[in-house]
Amino acid sequence: MSEYFLLFMGAAIVNNFVLTRYLGLCIFFGVSKNFHASSSMGLAIISIMTMSSMLTWTIEHFILLPLGLYFLKTIVFVVVIAVFVQILEMVIKKFMPTLYNVWGIYLLLVATNCVILGVPLINAEANYNFLKSTVNALGSGTGFAIALILFASLREKLQFSDVPKSIEGLGIAFILAGMLALAFQGFSGMIPL
Amino acid sequence: MLTAIYAILVMIGLGMMFGFLISFANKKWSVEVDPRIHEVDEVLPKGQCGSCGYPGCMAYAEAVVMNPNVPPNLCTPGKDAVAKQVAEITGKKADAVETVIAFVRCSGTYEKATRTGEYKGVRDCVSANILVGGDKGCTFGCLGYGTCVKVCMFNAMKMSPEGIPLVNPDKCTGCGKCATVCPRSIITLVSPEIMVKVNCSSHDKGAIVRKHCKAGCIGCGMCAKDCPYGAIVIDNFLAVVDSKICLEKCSDPVCLTRCPTKVIRPAIWGVVPGKELREEIKS
Repeated sequence: MSEYFLLFMGAAIVNNFVLTRYLGLCIFFGVSKNFHASSSMGLAIISIMTMSSMLTWTIEHFILLPLGLYFLKTIVFVVVIAVFVQILEMVIKKFMPTLYNVWGIYLLLVATNCVILGVPLINAEANYNFLKSTVNALGSGTGFAIALILFASLREKLQFSDVPKSIEGLGIAFILAGMLALAFQGFSGMIPL
Repeated sequence: MLTAIYAILVMIGLGMMFGFLISFANKKWSVEVDPRIHEVDEVLPKGQCGSCGYPGCMAYAEAVVMNPNVPPNLCTPGKDAVAKQVAEITGKKADAVETVIAFVRCSGTYEKATRTGEYKGVRDCVSANILVGGDKGCTFGCLGYGTCVKVCMFNAMKMSPEGIPLVNPDKCTGCGKCATVCPRSIITLVSPEIMVKVNCSSHDKGAIVRKHCKAGCIGCGMCAKDCPYGAIVIDNFLAVVDSKICLEKCSDPVCLTRCPTKVIRPAIWGVVPGKELREEIKS
């Protein structure tokens, strides 16, 4: 049990996707302008990440490994995730219109993002079992959502402050992200990996 | 060699499977969207101001197409032209849109109104108002930190150097964003044609108004006595103009010349009254 807990915390905080691994920066800067959008985006990321990592694990272990096609994993995972998100979007649009209104657009934005592909690849690299890879994906997604929501809250505060003209907007956002990453560096070494 | 064949087969198999899956899902779970929704959405001004009462232009487009009880003239920024187009697309009858523009009911400039302290916090009216009611002596007056200017998405407002926001009537669409954001509810929406406007929103007694501001309404009631149509009443030490009576009946507003503190004066940005009247006011 503690092993899974450590894996979750490690993925969420110590090896935070944005702030320690520097992945998924386009979403991190694009959707962090307001709190509401960032929290919807965070939810979309958590759910898609977990489900797609379960799916890719199944495909990897029942199709790719028995046939010795491990080298095809990147290409297959891309296709699998893209298709999965498409179908999920259709299902949600049909059966849960309210949910679709809240994060329908974010689903498709997520589909082509590197973080979603990154988790299954890391799982495959580390040779995790099904449960472990699911926990890892859940942790990574949660970490991403935490970083996104933290950053959006900071940027909302930033709108009220006097920022020098030359670094207004994205410039100050990058500096802020750097500081946040520095703060997250403090967690490294807390969980030996 | 065998791996290559497997690879090709697996990719073809996966590709076909996913292709069929998606086409199946598309057929089975497709949601039909009324094409008129997109047509309406394209006609709307896309300010996403929400003055129609819906969370955005797309939401209003959906509501106006799907719900027969939603009138086509809710878009204030779009004015008559948009209402007509929306009505045409949805097959509804369009009533005329009442055009309004924002009006700032305060003339307490830095020069005329006193300040009780020095505010050094966030340059924002809402924040300033939370902190012991702002730094202005008058508790009804404009704080002048320009939250309304920031919130205007049509670039129709600017902060004058005197500390009172100005509204550009050509650009103002009457969406009312500034009116909702103002912590003191100083901004109201009025018809651009109306001449008589009270440039104050203070309900304080005359003596208190005088103490804080040289340009406030002291509630003397001179205007109310002058008006032959009874369009002006004094409500709790503040002159209130009934714009309907004022617009329809009055052609020669005597009230404009009599106000001792010049709180009632011709609208600067609206329709400027005739030359004679202006000169009379000057003298």
